[in-house]
Amino acid sequence: MLTTTRDWVAVCAADALAPEGVLRFDHGERTFVIIRSPEGEYFAIDGHCSHEKVHLVGGIVDGHIIECPKHFGSFDYRTGEARTLPACIDLQSYEARVNDGTLFIKI
Amino acid sequence: MVIVGAGEAGTAAAIVLRERGWRGRLVLIGNETMLPYERPPLSKAILVEEREPGPKLLVTPERLAELGIHYLQGRSVEWIDRATHTLKLSDGSLLAYERLLLATGARPRNLSIPFDAGSRVATLRTYADALAIRQMIRRGGEVVVVGGGFIGLEVAASAVSRGASVTVVEAGHRLLTRAVPPPMAELIRTKHERLGVRIETGAVVERIDAKERRSKVVLADGRTHLADLVLVGVGVVPNVELAETAGLVIDNGIALDETLASSDPHIFAAGDCCSFPHSLYGERIRLEAWRNARRQGTVAATNMLGMRRPYEDVPWFWSDQYDETLQIAGLRREEDVPVARNLGAKGQIFFYLAADGRLVAACGFGSLDAIAKQIRFAEMMIGRRLAPNADALADPTINLKSLLV
Ligand SMILES: Cc1cc2nc3c(=O)[nH]c(=O)nc-3n(C[C@H](O)[C@H](O)[C@H](O)COP(=O)(O)OP(=O)(O)OC[C@H]3O[C@@H](n4cnc5c(N)ncnc54)[C@H](O)[C@@H]3O)c2cc1C
Ligand code: FES
Repeated sequence: MLTTTRDWVAVCAADALAPEGVLRFDHGERTFVIIRSPEGEYFAIDGHCSHEKVHLVGGIVDGHIIECPKHFGSFDYRTGEARTLPACIDLQSYEARVNDGTLFIKI
Repeated sequence: MVIVGAGEAGTAAAIVLRERGWRGRLVLIGNETMLPYERPPLSKAILVEEREPGPKLLVTPERLAELGIHYLQGRSVEWIDRATHTLKLSDGSLLAYERLLLATGARPRNLSIPFDAGSRVATLRTYADALAIRQMIRRGGEVVVVGGGFIGLEVAASAVSRGASVTVVEAGHRLLTRAVPPPMAELIRTKHERLGVRIETGAVVERIDAKERRSKVVLADGRTHLADLVLVGVGVVPNVELAETAGLVIDNGIALDETLASSDPHIFAAGDCCSFPHSLYGERIRLEAWRNARRQGTVAATNMLGMRRPYEDVPWFWSDQYDETLQIAGLRREEDVPVARNLGAKGQIFFYLAADGRLVAACGFGSLDAIAKQIRFAEMMIGRRLAPNADALADPTINLKSLLV
């Protein structure tokens, strides 16, 4: 079986992101979008929409949905699940946690 | 249920009919010989990419099978007999319908001038068109685009990025006259010129001659341009002939009511082929836009199942020009008052307020990250008929979301 090690990486100071805030996070070749829910929880999913290579950081957040800025495909950012066409492929979601005032995601 | 035209609107409608519970027979008929695909990439990625990309499909064959949608490709509907609810197809077969959706789209307008059949003149609507155009664009080659509208400018941008030398000739005095406010059209023109596209406004094409496997474009003032490709982008005409011969009312497209039903209550229409009354603007409009086609397909499908949902979406359009994007929400009239919001190097937004202060349109050009959210919030304000404060709209430090109350 192929195993990959996943690492916790620091993103930013946790209070840098307000509720309903959206942030782009690049790590090496990869890019992510970090979302803070209206309730204040942090979530991380792949940064690019699964329809075309468009970054979701430009999209609006409504409840637990982030909408793609290009053609309004949408995703549940808690799970990465595609919710509205033309996006039909789910995105990967990543664990997020706050430690000592810093936000980390496991990638 | 039968759908004529397997483009954006027709395909969306077929899928939605199943999703909303239609269990009976469902036939989608398209005259192109391939699976339904997206048109917007035809002037963008498909012309630009190094290796020939395939079409971007709207639905996979597996999904069609899973949903039980009978897709009849490469066949056109030639006749509708409304009295007996029967269609006649190009292969001679007959097909009965209970409810019919016409999603026949539009086709490029032809130039009303003489041109030699041997000349390399093309229009762009289908995947086949895009592949042919792709072949004619090469590094160091000459491309002349006739018409400074969206399709023409997107092809110009794609051709320049492939290393061709590009000239756009537009008969009017500026680019994008129909949809884009003058200051925005000016920004887009500057962008093209900076990247090497020559733009000639007030340039009327008189004729196009064939010349040793190239084309010679002759302008009214006597100047000429030689080209390996002449791309004609002078607008589209709605495909209404089928509806017209069936006796349906036509008014700048197949005339619909607000529920997208035609003058025959068993026949609906959606997308580029139809006109409909829009409650926000108090008049009949016809749109040629991707999102409208999809959403009308969705609403028409719902109403074919007996709902009477009015179609009230705010018109929305986008176009890519190089690394920047243009997005337009709503419709603007000459008399509306512009309010500019300057985003510096990231872009520019213009809002349009009607005489009563209501926001009726917003148009942004710049990086997608900078403008998309703002146009989206503007769209919500337009849909809710809000009259936001003009100073707040002009101030880029004010989050538009805060005006949405
Ligand atoms: C190159 C290009 C770039 C574009 N870029 C953008 C963009 O950036 N942004 C944007 O908002 N919009 C864009 N558009 C517009 C958008 O693609 C259209 O608005 C949309 O495709 C309209 O969908 P439709 O279903 O109404 O028609 P179509 O997609 O045209 O589909 C209609 C289909 O019906 C078929 N048909 C017609 N008559 C019959 C018949 N009698 N029997 C069987 N089949 C029939 C046609 O062949 C066609 O396949 C672009 C269009 C093109 C061509
Ligand atoms: S790129 Fe996200 S929906 Fe198209």
